[in-house]
Amino acid sequence: MATTSTPARSITRARLASVLQGQGALVALALLVLFGALRYDNFLSSYNVTSFLANNAKFGLIALGMTFVIMTGGIDLSVGAVAALASVVAAMVSEYGLVVGIAVPVLVGAVIGLVNGSLVAWGRLQPFIVTLAMLLAARGLALTVAGNQSVAVDFESGFTALGTTTLLTLAAPIWIFAVAYLLGVLVLGRTPFSRHVLAIGDNEETARLMGLRVERVKLGVYALSGALAGMAGVLLAAQYGAGQPAEGVGWELTAIAAVVVGGTLLTGGLGSVVGTLWGVLLLGLIFNVLNFENGRGVISLSPYWQSIVLGGFLLVVVLLQNRLAARQT
Amino acid sequence: MARASETAAVGDLGRGRARPRDVRDLGQTYGAAAALALLVLYNAVFTDRFLTTDSIYVNLTQVAPIVIVALGMTLVIATGGIDLSVGSLMAIAGALAPLIFLSDVPFGVAIAFVVPVLVTGAFGLFNGVLITRFGFQPIIATLVLFIAGRGIAQVLTNGELQPFRNPAFQYIGLGRVLGIPFQVLLMLAIFAIVAWTVRTTRFGRQILAIGGNEAAARLAGVPVNRVKLAVYGISGLLAGVAGLIVIAINSSSDANQVGLNLELAAIAAVAVGGTPLTGGRATVVGTLIGALILQLLRFTLLSHGVPDAVALVVQAGIIIAAVFLQRQRQT
Repeated sequence: MATTSTPARSITRARLASVLQGQGALVALALLVLFGALRYDNFLSSYNVTSFLANNAKFGLIALGMTFVIMTGGIDLSVGAVAALASVVAAMVSEYGLVVGIAVPVLVGAVIGLVNGSLVAWGRLQPFIVTLAMLLAARGLALTVAGNQSVAVDFESGFTALGTTTLLTLAAPIWIFAVAYLLGVLVLGRTPFSRHVLAIGDNEETARLMGLRVERVKLGVYALSGALAGMAGVLLAAQYGAGQPAEGVGWELTAIAAVVVGGTLLTGGLGSVVGTLWGVLLLGLIFNVLNFENGRGVISLSPYWQSIVLGGFLLVVVLLQNRLAARQT
Repeated sequence: MARASETAAVGDLGRGRARPRDVRDLGQTYGAAAALALLVLYNAVFTDRFLTTDSIYVNLTQVAPIVIVALGMTLVIATGGIDLSVGSLMAIAGALAPLIFLSDVPFGVAIAFVVPVLVTGAFGLFNGVLITRFGFQPIIATLVLFIAGRGIAQVLTNGELQPFRNPAFQYIGLGRVLGIPFQVLLMLAIFAIVAWTVRTTRFGRQILAIGGNEAAARLAGVPVNRVKLAVYGISGLLAGVAGLIVIAINSSSDANQVGLNLELAAIAAVAVGGTPLTGGRATVVGTLIGALILQLLRFTLLSHGVPDAVALVVQAGIIIAAVFLQRQRQT
């Protein structure tokens, strides 16, 4: 079977497998929600749901950008540090109001993304090393600019409204989260950009021969990832009331885990924005459920268990995905 | 006989590309070595008391854990893989050792050297099993223990700092042989073994063959899975050793801190040293030089009053410059 299938068919199958993988995350998410709803009071309370979503909005934004980068076959390790830098920048410009407080940090993130993208696309350097160096540089910049301490935001200028305003009972970060993913799904589903992204991830040389502007697309995905990390930094500053130069350590790897759990292949060429959304919610919900379980008092797991559970979960999901993919082909 | 022919096959596989590779590696190593020499020269002239044994030993003792981890990382990267779990494995070894020697186990100190390293070696094998038997990509396989490993170390110690005073155990971090810090000698010994392995043994050629072209290596009779398992196991073992050194120096073990970001430092050292992340080539000398460059750069900046945060930015620039120059040389 496998040996006789044409490349086209194997791609269709792989697509099918990736859809299934995305749905796998959704199924797991649904089961976990069901479990939580049946087991804990207040699990589906509006307070828990909204605070859960508001807290995970920043991880969601980062994972969204990461999805596009990974679909080109790249990786962006700098996002956590960029978010930290952006949160510091946001706090520093927060006195000029909400618009500036959002625009400047997002721009800073986008510029860093452009630098990453230029080095990857035109410099032909490996994304892993480029963005690893950028992780160090952005962290260093954040700490330097902030003077090694957190920077308070201006509470008079209206910037903090971002963390407190609600619209139709949902907090602003949740709206940003939702709109970002809506746009992400639309971009992935309906525009040539996404086809170019996937084509480059599938086979860069072929994409180039087909006349795609590989460099420009790559620049685009890294800039997008940087800008979204910048936005995550804005949310961080608004929610904490301070720019946090030392925050965001390891966010990049959690984002990669969410993307992988969501069914996007790390080798590029296949990906699902919706899958990433399920992945982000799933990983976040594991912490939420553990907190509720601790609250019941039957078990008492220290917060340290969370990372063990998360790691174990990642292991199981990828194991199942690999099995599924193996069966598909 | 079978064994001899297998060696020949692998040897041929390596030799096919060996000469241009060697020349290239040499060029890269010399480039990095020249940069290191410049740094040393600069410090000798402009930094007070740089050429004293004290300041040299400070640099070498600080760099030793990074070098030890980076040597394992070099082997992993040479196969085309990556190991993100090393920092967390250091934390596990660092958490286990005091638990052992602070308890009443007979020969506690001896066991505290052996068991933690074996445990992290086993975790390294676990990484290898995920990659070879279950088809995980190395970055994902080792991400599992990157996340969970530190949690394991924190659960073992309940996240609390474990202070201790145990001269016998701390010899690994504080001891001196003929005035030379023990961990520097340990680092050099491990360096020599790894360099010898890559340069002269069949195992070394097999590692490079896998990184160069895994399918071809498999066809040529290289036991790909076994070699990869070994490589990740070695990386785990070395991470354990580095973890023991770090806690011995600190006279305490903090599961939240031991080995934090060390995977990045090690990967940076490997890259600056001239081993490409795509695998197939490796320069062990380069890794040592790369780690020394990054260490000395930070030392230089700090001793001239540049804050640590700014030093990070400069380090980033050096990493990019190094890989950029290597790329130029390849094309």
